[in-house]
This record gives sequence, C-alpha cells and structure tokens, in this order.
Amino acid sequence: MADVVLECSGLRKEYGDLVAVDGVGFSIEAGETYGLLGPNGAGKTTTISIIAGLLDSDGGAAVVSGNEITTKSTAAKAAIGLVPQDIAIYPDLTARENLRFFGKLYDIGGSLNERVDEILDVIELSDRADDQTKEYSGGMKRRLNIGLGLLHKPDLLILDEPTVGVDPQSRNAILENVERLGAEGMAVLYTTHYMEEAERLCDRVGIIDEGVIVAEGTRRELVTLVGERDRLHLEVSGDASTVADAVSAIPDVESCSSAGSELEVVAVSASRALPDVVLSVNDAGLDVLTVQVSEPDLESVFLHLTGKALRE
Amino acid sequence: MIGAAFTITAKDLKERFRDRSAIMLAVVVPLGLAFIMNLTLGPVTEQSFSTGVAVYDADGGPIAVGFGEMLAGIDAAGFVSVTDVATEADARWLVDDHSVSTAYLVPQGLSEAVAANEAAEIVVVADPDQPIGSAVGKALADGFAAEVNAVRLSVATALALGADDPEGLAVAAQESSPTIVLADALTEGRGFDFSSFYATGIAVFFMFFTVQFGVLSIIDERENGTMPRLLVAPISKQSILIGKLLASFLVGVASTVVLWLSTTLLMGAEWGGSLIVIVLIAAGVTAAMGLTAAIATIAKTAEQAGAITAFVVVVFGVLGGTFFPVSRVSGAFSAISRVTPHFWLMEGFRRSSAGEGIVDILPALGAILAFAIILGSIGLIRAQDLVRHQ
Repeated sequence: MADVVLECSGLRKEYGDLVAVDGVGFSIEAGETYGLLGPNGAGKTTTISIIAGLLDSDGGAAVVSGNEITTKSTAAKAAIGLVPQDIAIYPDLTARENLRFFGKLYDIGGSLNERVDEILDVIELSDRADDQTKEYSGGMKRRLNIGLGLLHKPDLLILDEPTVGVDPQSRNAILENVERLGAEGMAVLYTTHYMEEAERLCDRVGIIDEGVIVAEGTRRELVTLVGERDRLHLEVSGDASTVADAVSAIPDVESCSSAGSELEVVAVSASRALPDVVLSVNDAGLDVLTVQVSEPDLESVFLHLTGKALRE
Repeated sequence: MIGAAFTITAKDLKERFRDRSAIMLAVVVPLGLAFIMNLTLGPVTEQSFSTGVAVYDADGGPIAVGFGEMLAGIDAAGFVSVTDVATEADARWLVDDHSVSTAYLVPQGLSEAVAANEAAEIVVVADPDQPIGSAVGKALADGFAAEVNAVRLSVATALALGADDPEGLAVAAQESSPTIVLADALTEGRGFDFSSFYATGIAVFFMFFTVQFGVLSIIDERENGTMPRLLVAPISKQSILIGKLLASFLVGVASTVVLWLSTTLLMGAEWGGSLIVIVLIAAGVTAAMGLTAAIATIAKTAEQAGAITAFVVVVFGVLGGTFFPVSRVSGAFSAISRVTPHFWLMEGFRRSSAGEGIVDILPALGAILAFAIILGSIGLIRAQDLVRHQ
C-alpha cells in the first residue's frame, strides 16, 4: 500500500449559522489523483482552503505528510503546492522572476536556478521566460500558475479548477501534466466542473454537497453504488426476440429486452459483456448490424446523488 | 522570518521600480513641481531688493564723505548699488535713463554750512518709474539728514551746557551714532527661504502619497489572487507584513532623499544638517506609513483606499502647511494644523533649515514620533487583518 499523503477527518467549518463543511474526511495516497466534485457552494473551496492552510478548521484535522495543517504550520505547508483557480502571478515580473520569488519563499536553495529551468521546460515557457507575464496569453499564464504550484516538488498538489477559461490546446497540456505527476508519485487533489476531466484524471472521486461528502470511490464504484448500469443497444439482422433469452443468460448481463430487430441489454460491464452478446447473436444465425454502448458517467451519478447538475 | 520578509521586500521594490507611474509620483512629479514653483514664484517672493543710486559730490567735505561712506556700507550689504559721477548732468542723465532710481546732488559748501549751523541740503532726484527704489533712496537721505541733525543738536546742547570743544564733540557724537542698517525683512526670522520651503513642503506632501503603496500592495495581492499563494507558502504572516512595510519605508525614504539632494544641488534649497534631515525623513516616513495604513485599511479595494488616502493626505497637507507657511498662524487654524504630522514635519524642517540643532528640533521630532507610534500601531493592527486570503 502506498503512503498516505493527505489524511483528513471530520473537517468542520462554520460561518455564523452556516455550516460550510460538516465532517468531511478522505485520504489521498502517493501517486493517486483524487477528484473533489461539487456544485458551487457545496463546501469544496472551504475544504481546499483548510487543507491548503489558508483557513483554520473549527473541528477535525487534516494531516499532510505527517504534519497537521493549520494556518501557522510551516512544515505542513512546505509539503503542499496550490494551484488556485484564479491566476496568481505577478504581472510586472517575468516568469523566471515569479518562479524565483516563490522558490526563495519555499527555501529551495542552491538548486533554485536549475529547478526554475526545469519548470519552465515542463510548462513550455522557456522561450518566454524573461518576458513580463502581463504580455502573456491566458493559456501561458495558466501554465505558469501551475508551474508555481509544482516548483518545490510538493507531496500534495492541490489544483482548484485549473482549466477554467483555458483554450483546448493548453487544457490538454495541463491534463497531460497532471497525469504525468500522478504517475511520478505525486498525490493530487483536483477539483473541476468538467466531468470528463474527472473521469480521465481521477483515480477516486469524492462528491461533496452541502458540506458533506455524500459518496466516494472509483468511478465504477460510484456507478454501482447508485445502481446505474452499462447499456448495450444492438440492431440485428432478424427477429431479436430469438436471442433475448440466450443473451440474458450471459453472466455480466442483468437483463435483456427485444423489440423487432433491436436488443436492449443492461450489463454490469458493457465492455466485458459485449463479446459474449455478439457471439450469442451469431450463434442464432443473425448478424449484428449496429452496436451502441452507453456507460453511466459521473454526471449521472452526481445528479442521482445530489439532485443537482454539477454546474449549478 | 527575516529572510522571507527581505525576499518580499525585494520583490515589491522590483515591481515598484518597474511601475513608471510610481516613480513619477515618488520623484518626478514632486521634483518637477518644486522646480516650477521655484522658477515661477521664487523671483516674486524671494528676490532681494536692490536699487541703483548715483552720487554727484561737489562738496568733498567731511559731511559729504560721511554720506558717501554710509551709502558704501549699504552697497556692501547688497541693497543699493552706488555709482559716483563727475557732473550733476551725468547724475540726472542716469535717472532719466532709468539706470538708477535716485541721484544725490551734494552741493559745494555743504560741510561748511553744516559746521556753521546754517541751512544745508542734499538734492534728491528720483525716478518716478521706480517708486520703490525712489522711496528707498529718499529714505536713505532722510536717515542721513536726521543723523546729521541729531549730531548738530547734541553738540549745540553740549555747548549750551558749557562744553568748550565743539569739533571734538561733533566727532564724538558722530561716532556714537548708530550706523544706518538695512536688513532683509523678507527672510529674517522666518527660517525658510522660498526654495527651501517649497522643496521641503512638496517632499513632505508627496511622502504621504509615496508610502501608501505598502498597504495598497497588500490589498493588491488580495485582488490579484497572489495573497493565497503567499499564505500557503511556509512563511509567517508577519514576514509578509514586515516585507511589505519595509519596502514601503525604503521607497518613502529613498524618494525623499532624492528630492532632498536634488533640490539642494539644483535649487539651492537648504534643508539643514544631514543627520537631522535623515532623522526627520525617517520619522516622517514612519508617521506617513502609519497614517496611510490606518486610513487605507478602512477601504475594501485598492482603488477605494487610494481615493480615501488621497483625500485625507491633501487636506492634511494643506492644513499642515506644506503649501504655505502656517507656523506663525494663530487661532483655530493653528490648533487644527498641529494635529497633522505634516505641521510638525514642516516645523522640524523649518528649524533645521534655519540651522537649529537637534535639541531645538526635539519638540517637533517628538510630535512626529508620537504620530508615528500612534498611527503606526493602528495601521499595523489594521494591516495585519488585511493579510488574509479573503
């Protein structure tokens, strides 16, 4: 089992009568990317702010690399990299100067120049490193925003909606970087409104609503949890009812119904069931003309769990 | 903590240096304003009075020589430029030509007439186009005549009382008479000459604008989203605050020192002894930082803070005498002006400019430091509250 980088339990934060975060707890292991999904006002930003050391919680604890995080805990903060949703760079400084400034605050020391060059290379800004960032495009600023979070090689990288307002090319570069970071062993806490990003990047997802984690797990676990199933829709070359019983008997298939030449199959896993379904159709002397596979996504899980669309 | 604070100070100074509008506000505008005021208003209010007079001496006796010596003494002081001419016609021509404001025609036999206690006169020819010079010229002759008459009266009185050496008495009376002295009534006792007043006044006025960036930059960090990045870094909130205030202090001191040196070298302004000036600048910048911090932190945005601070700083600047001298003003205005740090800074610089020592400046310095401590404490407490992410 990989090392647990972030362990938070029972986090609570109140603003007067409003309980913004109520008993939130989850953990992230090294090399794992954890997605925190929730609509606006769900408590996502407050949770991240507590974990990043920007806010003190009213209850519970968050431990990063063995150090409890508070607004004053420098040791825990040194293990965290934050990429805020808003671009947080100094426009009158160059990319290199921005990186060097924060590198000094993180006390990177003698290897600072080399590390700055590495980051500039990773975020593909080496050729514009000495231009003032106010001359950069939005995508370039976003990339630097991420680079600043990576500079000190944190154990835990927190990315708060890092692709908002980013062009498709830059967005893809950012996603590739996050995938690479996870593969290199960094723990990543990722929030996004884009469900496809969560599905692509996140090993596990926590769904937060009204300050509470309502469900957590891999995408497959969440889908199963809410009872959603994969669906196969096939059009065959004859009467589909002749193969319905045979298809129903396939282990991964939960049910099968037919109408004319069309078959509607509900399966635990569409990808596992599909070869056996096609084989059964062929065995009945029919050909498969078309196949449509629909797998339940996190959007539908989210809607099921919270009664809200993710962007609400 | 200190290392992080210095890093933040260096970053802020770099940003400040690259922001041309900041340099304009801190140095270029105040320096330009001081030069403009010196060039346009300086000659009107500061230039020493001087007028030319011509003397035709047809007498050559002791009274005429005495009159010439009196004028020579005033000439040496720079108020009157004396030209001796050979003929009465030359003297009158210089007046007609407006080359001099006054011509004195000393007639032959003047000294003998005075010695004989007979009527005697010095003819004064005045240029009507130079009324002030003419009036001064006439006043000098009147003064000399009054002095001569006083001597004659003293001698006559002594003789009447039984003295028997009229010539010795005359010499003694003449020697005991006070010499006519003109003083520069425009500047004596005020402490400031024009260049020095405007150089220090403008420097003090802009000092309060320059230092406000320290607090405004904290608000800027929040507005620009960089404050969360600073707060998640493994440094204390205090180091952020110290770093920013130190940058503000250095910019305030540096810009005022540049104004001090520039106006001294280029405008001839006299700020006073270096040590006293530096102490006054440091104390003033600290008080200014406190005042702007206490005010700016009321605002929610940097724009709001800038507007509120500008309003207060302008009002305090006027009340505190950075635009016109208020040190001799009495009544309610005087009482009000004394509650501004500007007044005490100007008072300190006025005394410093007049050559007074550190002991004489202590009351003003104490007041400035009191402002610095009180306003600085309020500002520090309020600014600390600004170092947060929301």
